[in-house]
Amino acid sequence: MDAIIIENLTKKYKDVIAVDNLTLSVQKGELFSLLGVNGAGKTTTIKMLSCLTQPTSGDAFLNGKSISKDTAAVKSLIAVSPQETAVAPSLSVQENLELMCGVHGFTKEKQNTKIKELSKLLGLENVINKKSGKLSGGWKRRLSIAMALISEPEILFLDEPTLGLDVLARSDLWDLIRSLKGKVTIVLTTHYMEEAEALSDRIAIMKDGKLLICDTADKIKKSAQTDSFEQAFIRIVKGAVK
Amino acid sequence: MRMLTFANRNAKEILRDPLTLFFGLGFPLVLILLLSAIQANIPVELFEIQHLTPGVTVFGLAFMTLFSATIISKDRGSSLLQRLYTTPMTPIDFILGYTLPMLPISVTQCIVCYIAAIFLGLDISVNILYAAVFIIPVSILYIALGLLCGSVFTDKQVGGICGALLTNLSAWLSGIWFDLELVGGTFKKISYALPFVHAVDMERAVLLGDFSGVFPHLWWVLGYATALFALAVVLFLRQMKRQ
Repeated sequence: MDAIIIENLTKKYKDVIAVDNLTLSVQKGELFSLLGVNGAGKTTTIKMLSCLTQPTSGDAFLNGKSISKDTAAVKSLIAVSPQETAVAPSLSVQENLELMCGVHGFTKEKQNTKIKELSKLLGLENVINKKSGKLSGGWKRRLSIAMALISEPEILFLDEPTLGLDVLARSDLWDLIRSLKGKVTIVLTTHYMEEAEALSDRIAIMKDGKLLICDTADKIKKSAQTDSFEQAFIRIVKGAVK
Repeated sequence: MRMLTFANRNAKEILRDPLTLFFGLGFPLVLILLLSAIQANIPVELFEIQHLTPGVTVFGLAFMTLFSATIISKDRGSSLLQRLYTTPMTPIDFILGYTLPMLPISVTQCIVCYIAAIFLGLDISVNILYAAVFIIPVSILYIALGLLCGSVFTDKQVGGICGALLTNLSAWLSGIWFDLELVGGTFKKISYALPFVHAVDMERAVLLGDFSGVFPHLWWVLGYATALFALAVVLFLRQMKRQ
């Protein structure tokens, strides 16, 4: 069953076409990656799917709800962890999580249960009373993902979740993302080839707003006639593979 | 519920910043103490405590503009707002969530200034309570300016525009630190076309118990507060759409 159906989605900014006639679908529980160089249209796609930006034309349906006509219903299904960490710096980890519970209208009881559950899942228990502005980059990312997960979203958008993290923090975060696989549909954007290859069920490669290919990492490598995913990416983006 | 949660977060962010305590409460108190000391040595009618205190309570609100503009611009810059825009929060939740926490802070600032003034010789009267009530529309005016600037400028620009430019404009054009009659002419006309001096004149009249003297200044304050708040809402919604 498809969680996301994108039909001819297009976004134009004056003379620039950020996303050009994008059509694809993401299955329920799938971890789907959008891969591309800067300006490929990954973040704009996520912004349209999360109702932050109106498409110029086309539409997308998240669990059957249109991003153009039913934004309130779409917002109740999704959560976004933006490219920047997007946490309230003077609030503690606990207070940041309480903020998200509050804006989703949780009861006090549900709030306490969710915070306990998520701080355990994401290993935030030891920093729960720390001011989020004082956390390291890796911990801020974890908190950012916890803030996105707290609303129990059916679809989670992770925009460059490991950008700027060191190797260990990235590896920890990969484990965390893997642990979410199957429980929630995840759409992830990334610059990192190895990240997309290691985590994704399927990968869409974009360039200049256009979808170049959408398949599993193995099939993408096969179609580019190489064993290296990075080489496959380069060949596809440079137009060597049609 | 959503709005209150967001307002609570904003109050915490503002009150936990030590600069808020310094500029929000400390700086107006320093001004009252310093100018009262000058007045004790060189008597100037403008700096008599019953004239000075209403002016300082209005001037102190310029920092509310700075605080509200800073928190909004920082939230925009850090993508926290972007995250919250993908939740079921409505535009009214955001606007009230940013506005409401500033009101009790503004009134508290006003009350603290009057308590200090009482220690410096201001007569205790019920008019002080009225002055604290009349400070509310003035606060809305300054908070609306903050909402407006925070929706348009980055946090660095906010520091310059609200922290320096607006604070100075609100000081020079308000008749707090010098009598506008002394300058007169176009300067006075410009000052009276803006709301700052009207806010000060209104607060001075309230403190003196001259309630007929509140008018027409109250209309100027309410008119500017309404117009600025409406413009701030439009600009906030515009930046929300642009996200």
